[in-house]
Amino acid sequence: MKLLQALADGSVVAKRNLIKIKRVPDLLVFSTAAPIMFVLLFAYVFGGSIDIPGMDYREFLMAGIFAQTVLFGATITGSGLAEDITKGIIDRFRSLPMARSAVLVGRTTSDLVNNALVIVIMMVTGLIVGWRIRSSPLEALAGVALLLLFAYAFSWAMAWIGLLVRSPEVFNNASFIFIFPITYIANTFVQSERLPAVLRHIAEWNPVSAVTAAARELFGNTSPLSPPPDVWPLQHPVLASLGWVVIFLLIFVPLANYQYKRAVAR
Amino acid sequence: MTDAIVAEGLVKRYGSVVALNGLDLKVPEGTIMGLLGPNGAGKTTAVRVFTTLLDADEGSARVAGLDVRKQANELRKSIGLSGQYAAVDDNLTGFENLDMVGRLYHLGRVRSRERARELLARFDLEDAADRPVKGYSGGMRRRLDLAGALVAKPSVLFLDEPTTGLDPRSRLGMWDVIEELVKGGTTLLLTTQYLEEADRLADQIAVIDHGKVIAEGTADQLKDQVGGERLELSVATPAELGTARSTLADLAVGAMESDERQHHLTVPVAGGSAVLMEAIRRLDGESVKVLDIGLRRPTLDDVFLALTGHHAEGDDKK
Repeated sequence: MKLLQALADGSVVAKRNLIKIKRVPDLLVFSTAAPIMFVLLFAYVFGGSIDIPGMDYREFLMAGIFAQTVLFGATITGSGLAEDITKGIIDRFRSLPMARSAVLVGRTTSDLVNNALVIVIMMVTGLIVGWRIRSSPLEALAGVALLLLFAYAFSWAMAWIGLLVRSPEVFNNASFIFIFPITYIANTFVQSERLPAVLRHIAEWNPVSAVTAAARELFGNTSPLSPPPDVWPLQHPVLASLGWVVIFLLIFVPLANYQYKRAVAR
Repeated sequence: MTDAIVAEGLVKRYGSVVALNGLDLKVPEGTIMGLLGPNGAGKTTAVRVFTTLLDADEGSARVAGLDVRKQANELRKSIGLSGQYAAVDDNLTGFENLDMVGRLYHLGRVRSRERARELLARFDLEDAADRPVKGYSGGMRRRLDLAGALVAKPSVLFLDEPTTGLDPRSRLGMWDVIEELVKGGTTLLLTTQYLEEADRLADQIAVIDHGKVIAEGTADQLKDQVGGERLELSVATPAELGTARSTLADLAVGAMESDERQHHLTVPVAGGSAVLMEAIRRLDGESVKVLDIGLRRPTLDDVFLALTGHHAEGDDKK
């Protein structure tokens, strides 16, 4: 009963956040404009110089783009919460008999919906530039679900950071320090085997590499000529991604909740 | 009569800043308490403790018979808060804001909508109901925020500086709204920096300074301590100042003060504008040339000066 109430409260807050997407459509436009530009840049500018044996680079590229897009999408959670706590609306929420968790649950849920919208737009963009799904519809659906699940878990980490820094501007700068290496020292745009030794180890164990590899596998965008990976997360990318999701949630859900209580009790 | 709000020895520190320094307060059910004090006196901190937003370091508080710390969840069902900064979402319409609050009070879908429409009509926001709040004026925002505090028909209502930052016309409108809403027997705690506002709205006034209640009483009782109304006038010459002094002597209810250099006279009076008219008539009869004359009512600053010996200045910390 209490859990149901918490979910109901969370969905009321999520609805509030989603109305913002409707009222300020620029947000959605700009959160898709950047990844679309990345697709065009890599497909037509850099792509020609990156050679993936046995497959077209655009097929290789799209899973990386998807991973990058949903990770960047998950950062909205942090800036959104940082913005909320600088305004009076959180005081209103806290004086109401609603579930304490609803603000965080609502925020992460609405950002998940936003990410789902964005990923559909990115898939259409991919299809236009020549990306193809070469697996069954069910596997492709599993690929999308896994990317979104990963982003959802990641948005709890962003929630924690957003509540820690308490300012949307600071958050935007702070999150880049974190999100750039995790997105690019990975197999998102190049094969991790081709990276120099140290970076290669980082890339192979990077959670983003696992989810990218899992998406490639589930969309059927793998090359028969690629050497079999020699680390466990890339040999079993789906399982590894799910593992990361669990780890992220176990660490960051309690941390974000703790930080929320600290951030607002002033 | 039972007390709707009871605070005993509340202390709240922010590092070395003491926001509440042993605050005691009792507000009987169904009455309006005005918490009067300058910026930084601790008014907002007190309201945050009463509305469960903040835990006090020491002391205890009960609102509607419930402990603000131990029974916070239960308590939130029966209080309403409208803060200094309108707690409304700019991207939502007025209706969506109130509907959301209703849902979070668990009124249910149908009842939340009905209540939202009801309140929008009551607060004269019907025409703007379906426009995003972004385009609202300051006064409209405050009214919407106040409506948000009333969604669940709370038995105890907290209004933290409801008119700060409003233009005079919106302030008067807000006063009407507040007077109207407490007719129903709601207990109201109102914080304000304006004596005039506390005077008009509150049954009892508690003057708060440095996190403590330093005086309590009705507006009249406080004004008696301050000295009530004064007639202030300026004349052109020292001779005329003397004439004015003797002419007005029997209107004074206390010691007159005159400033020889500025040719300025202060006469404590009682009786309002009738006294002002009488004074003007007499001065005119004596052919005293009055440069400036006015009836001055005590301000918060006067109350503070009388009660504490210092001016009502404060830093902007909560």
